[in-house]
Amino acid sequence: MMELTQSYSAPTPQAFRIAQLQRVQDFLFRAVTQFFALSVLIALLGIIISLFINAWPALHTFGPAFFFTQEWDIINGEFGGLIAIYGTVVTSLIALLIAVPLSFGIAVFLTELCPATLRRPLGTAVELLAAVPSIIYGMFGLFIFAPLFAEYIQPALAGTLGHIPGLGILFSGAFNGIGILCAGLILAMMILPFIASVMRDVFEIVPPVLKESAYGIGCTTWEVVKNVVLPYTKAGVIGGIMLGLGRALGETMAVTFVIGNAHRLSPSLFAPGTSIASTLANEFGEAEAGNHLSSLYALGLALFIITFIVLACAKWMLNSMEKKQGLKT
Amino acid sequence: MKTMFDLNKIDSHGGRVDLNTNEPAQTEVKNAIEVRNLNFFYGSFQGLKDINLDIEERKVTAFIGPSGCGKSTLLRTLNRMYDLYPGQRAEGEINFYGKNTLAPGEDLNLLRSRIGMVFQKPTPFPMSIYENIAFGVRLYERLSRSEMDERVEWALNKAALWNEAKDILNQSGLSLSGGQQQRLCIARGVAVKPSVILLDEPTSALDPISTGKIEELINELKHEYTIAIVTHNMQQAARVSDYTAYMYLGSLIEYGKTDEIFIKPKRKETEDYITGRFG
Amino acid sequence: MDAQQYGEKAGLKNMNNLSNIDPALFAKRKRANKLGLTLSMIAMVLGMVFLFWILGVLFYKGFSSLDLAIFTQSTPAPGSEGGGLANAIVGSLMLVGCCTLISTPIGVLAGLYLSEYGARSRIAATTRFVTDIMLSAPSIVIGLFIYALVVAQVRHFSGWAGTIALALIAIPVVVRTTENMLLLVPGSLREAAYALGTPKWKVAFKITLRAAQSGVMTGILLALARVSGETAPLLFTALNNQFFSTNMNAPMANLPVVIFQFAMSPYDNWVDLAWGGALLITIAVLGLNILARVVFREKVQG
Repeated sequence: MMELTQSYSAPTPQAFRIAQLQRVQDFLFRAVTQFFALSVLIALLGIIISLFINAWPALHTFGPAFFFTQEWDIINGEFGGLIAIYGTVVTSLIALLIAVPLSFGIAVFLTELCPATLRRPLGTAVELLAAVPSIIYGMFGLFIFAPLFAEYIQPALAGTLGHIPGLGILFSGAFNGIGILCAGLILAMMILPFIASVMRDVFEIVPPVLKESAYGIGCTTWEVVKNVVLPYTKAGVIGGIMLGLGRALGETMAVTFVIGNAHRLSPSLFAPGTSIASTLANEFGEAEAGNHLSSLYALGLALFIITFIVLACAKWMLNSMEKKQGLKT
Repeated sequence: MKTMFDLNKIDSHGGRVDLNTNEPAQTEVKNAIEVRNLNFFYGSFQGLKDINLDIEERKVTAFIGPSGCGKSTLLRTLNRMYDLYPGQRAEGEINFYGKNTLAPGEDLNLLRSRIGMVFQKPTPFPMSIYENIAFGVRLYERLSRSEMDERVEWALNKAALWNEAKDILNQSGLSLSGGQQQRLCIARGVAVKPSVILLDEPTSALDPISTGKIEELINELKHEYTIAIVTHNMQQAARVSDYTAYMYLGSLIEYGKTDEIFIKPKRKETEDYITGRFG
Repeated sequence: MDAQQYGEKAGLKNMNNLSNIDPALFAKRKRANKLGLTLSMIAMVLGMVFLFWILGVLFYKGFSSLDLAIFTQSTPAPGSEGGGLANAIVGSLMLVGCCTLISTPIGVLAGLYLSEYGARSRIAATTRFVTDIMLSAPSIVIGLFIYALVVAQVRHFSGWAGTIALALIAIPVVVRTTENMLLLVPGSLREAAYALGTPKWKVAFKITLRAAQSGVMTGILLALARVSGETAPLLFTALNNQFFSTNMNAPMANLPVVIFQFAMSPYDNWVDLAWGGALLITIAVLGLNILARVVFREKVQG
């Protein structure tokens, strides 16, 4: 009814009931959403606990020396993580060595050099490259890259760097294509777009005013990048690199196809090897309960903890960049 | 001899005091809201200092003052909007038709359904024009489809938006112009039939023509609703309000009938502000 | 040449104040600049070369092995001819579909908590931190965890285990994008809803979430894309199934694991199928990514 509004229209009894119900609903809303938010934390704890429990037999049997032992004898039940850890670390380092300068170059290009019309399509192309599943990189590596690597690049490397005393041993051995170096290169291709995107995002945070004042006194573009952009985004760049490292350490498919899957430790980068993730991928399915399975869990635990620490540092650095952005605005 | 208008002389009915004779006025008027000893804090910073005033029902009360004087803060205590943010707290009493809304245990949702607010920036919900209005009504009332249609039409009429909106009720509220969006927000606030409507600088984001339309609206609405409006535009306050309160740095400097405030203010500070000597 | 001559050559007048400029230094800076920028351009070109090379090879080899049989026949037994990927395609669709059904509500509700209650809470800050780390955590370890938690307990592999493993990867993506999108909704919109007396849960669902819906949708699509290409978590959970099956309670065929098995095998038809499957996955992943961008752009404009 359209009667004139009373001066004071009190809430109806119905309204009071509704209000009561709403208080309950709000309480439930908070409880349910909080529970789901905590589920991520719970999952994390679950992972660590479960891995630890299952790794315990191996850790107990072999002790901390497990991570420094070179054995991997399935038949006699003697296991050590050194070979797998070496493979993981070395392939990731090779990947970083190659991917970081290239990513930096791409990020500089996208933020400073690129003509405005191309900026979005090229940026999107880089992001799409980052989205390609890693198994594709693995297949590419195995079928296309490894043969080319064996035929052209390995001889070239052996012919040039192989003759340098001290360095030469890294490039000795047969030209099989697949091996530690090949895996490192494929891994580099995989993390390259990822690190490039993060760096580009971080470079874009730099206030234009800062760059303009450098240009204004006559700096060249390169000098602006070196003296203004990089110092400002230092934490973000390091964070991006560590993020890439974290990804590289845990990568399975791109590496498993081309690392050779041999439990051997060799000084040559051309030799096949194995990483933690590829060991797990190849052997977990058929491992028998006991020291073998438990050792695999131990490797998984080690990988998870190392990756967690690297990613936590990366996140911490990137957070400090976000705070800077907050300060700026 | 001009005497300072002494707020402490307000009698228990909250009635107007006739400034010339200092005696209670003849007609019995009711206050929708009575603010007593209100102090407000943003953390450790005090935003409002010992505010005492009455807001008479079915009149327009304007709050003016320079930026940072606390007028918006005061408005937001009236519907306890500050409660959304931790670290902000109010002390004192705000009596809404006799009931202290600052008391603990007060149901804020019910309170806000009786005291509506329109903001500086038009904020249509991401839904159709019809739904924008129906949303608030559905919260506490169960209406049939035809009753809801009537209510929507009524509310849009009250906001002088019906003719422009009646054919596009299903279009998104965001498709309206700025002035229309603000009138939609007013219609939304009116549709739930509150007792008081708070307007926080409702026209500062609008062009002069839309501003004029909304000021007309305010003149219409005040016959049925109590209205409190915060404005940094003194001329607007002079145009639309019955009572004006001048605030400065968190304190209420002067409060009285608009004509008197603007023609012969009691305090020098008020006079300085109104004549543009500062602010 | 000295400063005077340099100035004349450059066409500048009034050379008195240029006596400080050292042309050699200036030239050196210019060279450094050119070098740096050229290297940067080379890096970009290399990046594009990789992109087109990989995608090119994939499309070439994938298309040449694509035929109708891929969609109609199941995976062939070792040594037998022909065959297709029907069971793997269906299996992947089911795994990813169920994963989305699980991870969307959990992720969105968690994101709601972080955005609506999370400004002041230590728990929220920790959750945000951990969620971001889980985004990049090694997916094979997640597979290990679900194996220990589910498969070892019921003593068989299953599609459900695979779905849960995928959900653990998808949920952090949905949580973070949902939270970021919800935080973009202006506070004034929320206040307008509260001012009507709307209870908090209704403000969250009917106003805030609704205002952010295309952004949240984008997050879900991105999570979907991410999860479609994941192999490692399925290796020890859903495993693989040579035959056509829609039983989620048993090992489930899926494209990534099939590709993994077939690619490293000595059979030609298996390798062909692996390329075909790789192409299908890539099209799905890239397509979802592009779709997500389009959806988001519409929101920004609309």
